[in-house]
Amino acid sequence: MNIARRLLITVPYAWLVALFLVPFLIVLKISLSDYAISIPPYAPTLELEEGWSGFRDFWVGLDFENFVFLSEDSLYIKAYWSSLKIALLATFLTLLIGFPFAYAIANAPQEWRPSLLLLIILPFWTSFLIRIYALIGIISNEGFLNQFLIWTGITSEPLVIMNTNTAVYIGIVYTYLPFMVLPIYSTLEKLDGSLLEAAQDLGCTRTSAFWSVTIHLAKPGIIAGCFLVFIPALGEFVIPSLLGGSHTLMIGKVLWEEFFSNRDWPLASAVAVILLLVLIIPIILFQRNEQKQREQNK
Amino acid sequence: MNTDAPFAPWEDESATPLIAFSNVTKQYGTFTAIDEVDLKIYPKEFFALLGPSGCGKTTLMRMLGGFETVTEGRITIDGVDMDGIPPNKRAVNMMFQSYALFPHLTVAQNLAFGLKRSDMPKSEIDGRVEEMLRLVQLKKFASRKPHQMSGGQRQRVALARALAKAPKLLLLDEPLGALDKKLRQETQFELMDIQEKTGTTFVIVTHDQEEAMTVASRIAVMDHGKLKQIDTPDRIYEAPNSVYVADFIGDVNIIEGQVTKAEGDAAELSWGEGKPAIRGMAGAGLRAATSGAFVVRPEKVAIFSEEPMDRHNRLNGTVEDIAYLGNMSTYYVRLENGALIKSQVANNRRIARRAITWGDRVWLSWTDTAGIVLAS
Repeated sequence: MNIARRLLITVPYAWLVALFLVPFLIVLKISLSDYAISIPPYAPTLELEEGWSGFRDFWVGLDFENFVFLSEDSLYIKAYWSSLKIALLATFLTLLIGFPFAYAIANAPQEWRPSLLLLIILPFWTSFLIRIYALIGIISNEGFLNQFLIWTGITSEPLVIMNTNTAVYIGIVYTYLPFMVLPIYSTLEKLDGSLLEAAQDLGCTRTSAFWSVTIHLAKPGIIAGCFLVFIPALGEFVIPSLLGGSHTLMIGKVLWEEFFSNRDWPLASAVAVILLLVLIIPIILFQRNEQKQREQNK
Repeated sequence: MNTDAPFAPWEDESATPLIAFSNVTKQYGTFTAIDEVDLKIYPKEFFALLGPSGCGKTTLMRMLGGFETVTEGRITIDGVDMDGIPPNKRAVNMMFQSYALFPHLTVAQNLAFGLKRSDMPKSEIDGRVEEMLRLVQLKKFASRKPHQMSGGQRQRVALARALAKAPKLLLLDEPLGALDKKLRQETQFELMDIQEKTGTTFVIVTHDQEEAMTVASRIAVMDHGKLKQIDTPDRIYEAPNSVYVADFIGDVNIIEGQVTKAEGDAAELSWGEGKPAIRGMAGAGLRAATSGAFVVRPEKVAIFSEEPMDRHNRLNGTVEDIAYLGNMSTYYVRLENGALIKSQVANNRRIARRAITWGDRVWLSWTDTAGIVLAS
């Protein structure tokens, strides 16, 4: 291998090491430390000027106390569990709404497709926080939705959506919809129309052709979309803390509170490390799926 | 049935057609894709729809498959009016131009796809799949996915899948279009073989006239949504009913002029002042004293360096070009009135012995029955 190629490969590796591996190791180290009233708020810290004994003191000071604590306090386990449930259900809801979107765009006249895709992506050009606040304006007790429902006489009392899990689902579905629509669209758009005709020719009705051909061939897009929604939704913190109620338990919110309200950096780091481990499993599954698909397309 | 008689149900008045188009028209907005087509196709026929792209041949076929509706007229298959019957309810299968093999299924699963959706008992499906694999010689490939196969193999899978349900009628949309020339020729014979073995009626759409001539029992030549001529390959070639058909099928010389005689089979066309009229067969409905066109195939035009006094049709001109094709040569001869006539001669001798060369004054001649005079 010549030097130029080596250099080229070094760049992404250096990037990964500097911006992922090093920060992760720092977080891992903090998660093994103890809470301390100091700056930074943990101990031990590595004192290099004390030489070998400094390093030994540092090494001895590290332990798994925080992880043990996490496993003993049911709050954290509940938070992980409830995050998983919320993320899974939200992903499923996003799929239910996103698939028809993608299907409709892929079947729209050719000249309309770019504009329709643009409409899906357009909200991304506004700040995420502003969009969440706009949602509050719509779904809160005095929001547009309730005003409209009361005005039309459908309900007399405002619907309580704000500060419930429902609001969190609405928030996640709304925010992550494009991540679901785009990969599904890209698989549906490539779908050869004659495959559906062939299925009908061989005895399928339109509906059964959809289930036995379209859904099957859209599977890679569906899987990609689900992972793209599920992974960020699992660690989501802004949506549950702005839209969810006090009883909405999500690990992202717990993490934030440990860091900023309790200033317990070591415990918060431990929460983060476990969250990362929980996330790595679906990411590995996701990559295996991608890999399989690539091999199939060869 | 007398097996010695040539297969020609279209000449038998009492034969019942499998497919009948009566006065079928298809319109897309103001565009007429199919224009008042009447057509009968008989059981066990290998019928070719031939024409340039956009002539409506694919639309005509897709109507049989149930993928296009009819604007006016009626299509019956086996006596049943097909109006409003969806593709999955027709005893018709189609082999798609793109093959349309399901990429997520193996070859065997592709073949079983239609069978699983039919009333065939589950226990018989495997046997039928195996039978189809044997028919197209792909037994070893049963568990392959379509993308792991070559174009020719995929073509055979598509054929086997379309035949698996034993349809009354098989539609083939440019089935060999994606194959290279050599493979295409081999596959043509394979197609004919399979058609004969299964006894299925085949309707093939193609723009390749050689392909149509090779495989078909009858050919319909189409242009602008109309059927120009429906006939056997040899009749289409030897006795075209219009200049369009003559020009579309194979290589041809066309000489424009005035019909001076049209009596029974014989006709004469005067083509240049002071030149004797040329003789040929009379085309259908030809009348004297109208303008017409003399049509003669290049291989029927002989070339001489001396005037062949014993023949009636003789034209003289200058050799402008010679195309050497190996097994034969084509001479391009310019007549005095400016027309260019092609003469194709088999190269029975080595090229060094060739008597005629560029710029030579030559005589072209053909027999009185070699050409046809058509109304233009």
